[in-house]
Amino acid sequence: MTRLRTAALVGNPNCGKSALFNVLTGARQKIANYPGVTVERKSGRMTLPSGEPLELFDLPGSYALDASSPDEEVTRRVVLGEFAGEARPEVLVIVLDAANLEQHLVFAQELIELGHPVVIALNMVDLAERDGLVLDPQALSESLGVPVVPTIAVRRKGISELIAAIGNAEAVAKADEHAHRRPHLTLPERRLAAQNIAKGAILSETAQHRLHARLDKLLLHPWLGPLILFGLLFVIFQAVFAWATPFADGIDAGITALIAAAKANLPAGVLRDLLTDGILTGVGSVVVFLPQIITLFAFILVMEQSGYMARAAFIMDRLMALVGLSGRSFIPLLSSFACAIPGIMATRAIADPKDRLTTILVAPLMTCSARLPVYAVIISAFIPERSVGPGIGLQGLILFGLYVAGIVGAFCAALVLRRTVTRGDASGFIMELPKYQWPPLRDVLLGLWQRAWIFLRRAGTIIFTATVVLWLLLSFPRAAPGESQIEASFAGKIASGLHVIVEPIGFNKEISLALIPAMAAREVAVSALATTYAVDADDDDAAAQGLIPKLRAGWTLPTALAFLAWFVFAPQCLSTIAVARRETNGWKWPLFMLVYLFGLAYVFAGLTYWLAVAAGL
Amino acid sequence: MTLDQLPARRRATITGIDWAALAPEEAKRLRALGIDVGAHVAIAHRGVFGGRDPIALLVGRMTLAVRRAHALAIQVQEA
Repeated sequence: MTRLRTAALVGNPNCGKSALFNVLTGARQKIANYPGVTVERKSGRMTLPSGEPLELFDLPGSYALDASSPDEEVTRRVVLGEFAGEARPEVLVIVLDAANLEQHLVFAQELIELGHPVVIALNMVDLAERDGLVLDPQALSESLGVPVVPTIAVRRKGISELIAAIGNAEAVAKADEHAHRRPHLTLPERRLAAQNIAKGAILSETAQHRLHARLDKLLLHPWLGPLILFGLLFVIFQAVFAWATPFADGIDAGITALIAAAKANLPAGVLRDLLTDGILTGVGSVVVFLPQIITLFAFILVMEQSGYMARAAFIMDRLMALVGLSGRSFIPLLSSFACAIPGIMATRAIADPKDRLTTILVAPLMTCSARLPVYAVIISAFIPERSVGPGIGLQGLILFGLYVAGIVGAFCAALVLRRTVTRGDASGFIMELPKYQWPPLRDVLLGLWQRAWIFLRRAGTIIFTATVVLWLLLSFPRAAPGESQIEASFAGKIASGLHVIVEPIGFNKEISLALIPAMAAREVAVSALATTYAVDADDDDAAAQGLIPKLRAGWTLPTALAFLAWFVFAPQCLSTIAVARRETNGWKWPLFMLVYLFGLAYVFAGLTYWLAVAAGL
Repeated sequence: MTLDQLPARRRATITGIDWAALAPEEAKRLRALGIDVGAHVAIAHRGVFGGRDPIALLVGRMTLAVRRAHALAIQVQEA
């Protein structure tokens, strides 16, 4: 039996590697983690012209083999074959940004010196031409002594040629008798060589007024730049609420119809109740928020792939520096608006350990998409839908306020942490600002699909399990006639204990009950409330009624506001705790995170409740 | 003069870097990004909200974000 052949994409950050990976492997990708470290391991299958399958890896972007971040460390160890359990890739596909050869050739030479079979993908030749650069791939191939294929990943140009070259790489390398006599150079020598090689490969260069210079002039303007960024963030949050609503309503109607169909067609009994009141109500109340999560991720992906995200980091650096962080922390923190898990994982790009730890500790304060279901349900139930200005709705404004509360909370927490538990030198900020690029629709869609799938898988596993367990705890033992089912149930008894603690901050029995399973994931709070009220309903008509009217009937406005304030801070997400444990190599920091965030949640929910009551709301 | 004093959009050559003034990891990163003696640089943008930090630096065909503290450790000569 022959072993599956392997190849890996390697290159500097911002060389278009991921777009190339998407084109080469299509949707046949597997995303996992490297064992022992939490660096994303992206692999996929591609087919060689011979019909033979090949496993392709997308290695983290790196500037050199002497790694300084955990991401680059993985690239180094995989390329050198030092990663236990990972076979060294047989072919290295070095991806170069055609418009930045002088820089990208430095790392390329270091990789070629290893003497393994190599193919060079001269990527983004279209952007180079836009900048007035005409290149000669043949000349580049001759001076490097390895095959060079010009590609435009986002337009699928040169892809079949690249696949053919990957298939032939080992034969070509075998025929090359110089392969093992390559000189080993120092960095300054490599840099000089890179400049000379690039000079030899550039056929013509016209000084064009470059698009990205003009865009930078506007987007990095000392005053306009921040205004544009904040305007954009505001539009994103309005869009998340407004654009996604019709789709969410559609999903909601579908689930309601499913529940009605199940009630009409299945025999009455415990199993039917489990399906309708437990599973469909619980999981359904979370899946409804898929459109909003997709909207938010769409904006983040477009910002990342267009090159704007790095500019946002540049603008935010000034503010982040005030609390002892750098612009680099902006990207993990912005990702945390979608989900703290990728956010915390993205902190690996932060070189300074204290800086990174602080970012991990405050990342859960960013309003993740799992809070969106909670916020959305409470806002829809308690905040009137009226306009407070042209294009600005009160509901959207409150949602924006909650996001701001999370941001302010994170900044204050970072400021305090940097002066106490994570004290250390102020961190620096060094970052490449990539060229602007029209984000390829296919890559955005693929990224959206991967994230939607992760969310649905969570809904299908964690949320499903939590919902079923909660339903069981709520439904047994059965209440005697005249007694409330919640009061009688196991869950009711557990919640009674918790209720003593949270009653002072305005939380009722149902909230106490919902907070327990919501420890698994915040959005479970919504499904738990839905399940609780469905179980407690006297008859099917009351159960079929939506959650919102029940909340309006059962909660006061101060309680609802305190509930919102709680979720700004509360670290109710097992996955986040688990990722923080993995990323900080121990329980110390995740436990610290739990304590300080629950403390903040309690204090701020309490303050909100007492102030709202005092104000007569 | 130091890179910090270089007026925006003027081309200059790096004549010296006080590596000791930079954190070792940052020095390594700057060098990997092409900041070294002999490199041609220009400041494209600097500052937000009226401050002097951070700096968008043109190095070769790349734009790099650095802090003023880095620029203070880099000696340049205007071309």
